Amino acid sequence: MTQTAIAEHADEHHPTSFVSKYIWSQDHKVIAIQYSITAIFVGLVALVLSGLMRLQLGFPDQFSFINPESYLQFVTMHGMIMVVYLLTALLLGGFGNYLIPLMIGARDMVFPLLNMLSYWTYLLSVIVLLASFFVPGGPTGAGWTLYPPQAILPGTPGADWGILLMLISLGIFIVAFTMGGLNYVCTILQARTKGMTLMRMPLTIWGIFVATVMGLLAFPALLVSAIMMMMDKVVGTSFFMPAIISMGETLDHTGGSPILFQHLFWFFGHPEVYIVALPAFGIVSDILATHARKNIFGYRMMVWAIVVIGLLSFVVWAHHMYVSGMNPYFGFFFATTTLIIAVPTALKVYNWILTLWKGNIQLTVPMLFAIGFIFTFIHGGLSGLFLGNVVIDLPLSDTYFVVGHFHMVMGLSPILVLYAALYHWFPKVTGRMLHTGLGKIHFWTTLVGAYSVFLPMHYLGILGLPRRYFGMAGTDYIPESAQLLNANITVAAIIVAVVQLVFIVNVIISLRSGQKAPANPWGATTLEWQTPDNPPKHGNWGPEAPVVYRWAYDFSVPGAKDDFIPQNVPNSAVEVTDAAAFAEAGK
Amino acid sequence: MSAEPNPSFSDRPNGWQGVVADWSADQQAFRMSWGKLMMWVFLLGDTFIFSIFLIAYMNVRWSAAEAWPNVSEVFALTVAGQTIPLLLIAIMTFILITSSGTMAMAVSSAYRGMRKQAVWLMLATAVLGAMFVGMQVFEWSKLIEDGVRPWGNPMGAEQFGAAFFMITGFHGLHVTGGVIYLLIVAWRLHKGHYDKKGYEIVEITGLYWHFVDLVWVFIFAFFYLW
Repeated sequence: MTQTAIAEHADEHHPTSFVSKYIWSQDHKVIAIQYSITAIFVGLVALVLSGLMRLQLGFPDQFSFINPESYLQFVTMHGMIMVVYLLTALLLGGFGNYLIPLMIGARDMVFPLLNMLSYWTYLLSVIVLLASFFVPGGPTGAGWTLYPPQAILPGTPGADWGILLMLISLGIFIVAFTMGGLNYVCTILQARTKGMTLMRMPLTIWGIFVATVMGLLAFPALLVSAIMMMMDKVVGTSFFMPAIISMGETLDHTGGSPILFQHLFWFFGHPEVYIVALPAFGIVSDILATHARKNIFGYRMMVWAIVVIGLLSFVVWAHHMYVSGMNPYFGFFFATTTLIIAVPTALKVYNWILTLWKGNIQLTVPMLFAIGFIFTFIHGGLSGLFLGNVVIDLPLSDTYFVVGHFHMVMGLSPILVLYAALYHWFPKVTGRMLHTGLGKIHFWTTLVGAYSVFLPMHYLGILGLPRRYFGMAGTDYIPESAQLLNANITVAAIIVAVVQLVFIVNVIISLRSGQKAPANPWGATTLEWQTPDNPPKHGNWGPEAPVVYRWAYDFSVPGAKDDFIPQNVPNSAVEVTDAAAFAEAGK
Repeated sequence: MSAEPNPSFSDRPNGWQGVVADWSADQQAFRMSWGKLMMWVFLLGDTFIFSIFLIAYMNVRWSAAEAWPNVSEVFALTVAGQTIPLLLIAIMTFILITSSGTMAMAVSSAYRGMRKQAVWLMLATAVLGAMFVGMQVFEWSKLIEDGVRPWGNPMGAEQFGAAFFMITGFHGLHVTGGVIYLLIVAWRLHKGHYDKKGYEIVEITGLYWHFVDLVWVFIFAFFYLW
């Protein structure tokens, strides 16, 4: 019996009780929703933390509950939660889980039990992480990069308990990611439905696939560095700890290399950027094509760009370490590889714009977010070109320019894609549409607000305003007007944070009384919109799995009656108005 | 999974054209079951973990402030008044490589349908693995007796003990996990759990076991011979 044949019978044992259906569920759709809700919850925690940071920066020393220690803790937890526990978990655990089987025509992941364990392990890592808020000394304040020696020495907030819980939580997260990631890779490679070749897969799946492979190869570096730092802290080894005098006492450590940690961390950290970015690239490609009613421009090029970006991202890591000091030849090497990455990335941006060119653009809410992403991503990409060069990076590296760049390209951009995706797939997941008016308010205030947060930061950085500082009091070279700008940024940040409530309200209202969604509200071609039930039931496809006859981008085909042809419709079943034009287009 | 070929593979060419055909096929990119592919992908990630461990070890060895201990003295064993360098580790390595041999025989028996023989060979593999771990315990306790600690040792750079205990410990955990895995699969094989599905699980277990052996060869080379 072949594997596919087994998959055909997957719907023979549906879970019946509430617990097996919604709590200990092995259905990829339920697991995806569990992942998403958990990730959004911790994301909101991190959002509140960023608001607290901004309060201190905008109105220094006005708030007695923010002191230098807690400020550093907010910085650290905000960064780590957003990058790992929100973005990675939501894009891969949430959207990856939901979309992979549906988009490739599978009934579920290949190992549903492992998939379920992945979620519960992820939840455990989140609980351990959040527990660090309640231990003596609070969470670690070492900065999200956790650089030793300071991360584990007294004087850094949370150096006793917080850092341990952070490292343990990261270890648990990596186990969870590995279980999920193995499933995603094997499902995409081995469980596609008939006709679904790799080069017919939607770009969303390509992005998730390459990102998952990267995650499986990059997270080991974080795991190893976490184990080594834990040994330095608990057992008293000196992997990362040189001979050091701390608080007037000579410590027992000798001969360790703090730079080694930086290399290990960034060997994970840089691919991590693309682990988040590639699924976002894929999702935005599909949303742009669907809502512009036009095929994606240069599909093959888009696929190869994803693969090439994935490969290159493993050889650029030391561009995060220009100021740490390195052999100039290394600086040259890493600057070169960094700038080469701009080539496939720019290619993708051009292709997105060319997809919109002469398209029949529908300014729906998901489309607005997707177009917003193009703006923020170009913006963040261009400032990245500056920072990729050693000589320009040196003066800018420890300033707000980096904060602005990073949040444009890796904060705002993936978040906009996530919102686009949430608005786009909400009807499929819940069977109801999100409210368009509220969605548009959400989009415009978020985009304009976030721009007024992050754009001025570039200017502050060029002024020389250092990042990660609690206060600037008595810093002569920074003009007082910079403080005014900081206050402005804070006001904008708080408005943006509050506006996210509009989205949550929108979700609640729409879940209860939203407009019923048709099976395929956006006229999309991909398989997840062609399920027999809406939302899809356990097993996804009813008695018979779909068969794929075409790529995912047959929009506005000349001669066809509708402006889209789903992937599972054979040529013979297409309603044609102009047979000659349709035959011509088929060539 | 039984050995019956997937119909969609029968018309695929060999060589590079076959690779291209595999990757551009629908449904399945590789001629293997889900479980086997998952083990391969997992081992790829695990390879990265061990590689990074070893690279980190090389780095701390280069940057250590004190001289690295002379490994042929540290790892020497005194038998009948003769001090023989690397004796224990040579025996351990021999045992582990032998266990790879018994594992390969178990896979071969399983595919020929000789269930009982496969079970016995897997048990033999597990015993050899347990012997390896036992000798590792002996090696650790001897080093600890000699004053080697993760935070220092009398012979030289303190990173020696730290890297040694961390990396051989991590590998030892892999072997221990492998022994447990082997015992579970052998038990289930004995009970007939796989009679319907086919005995591919033995090969999947074997992949893991060979990987753990292969990693040991690298640890052996970088720790004991360098």
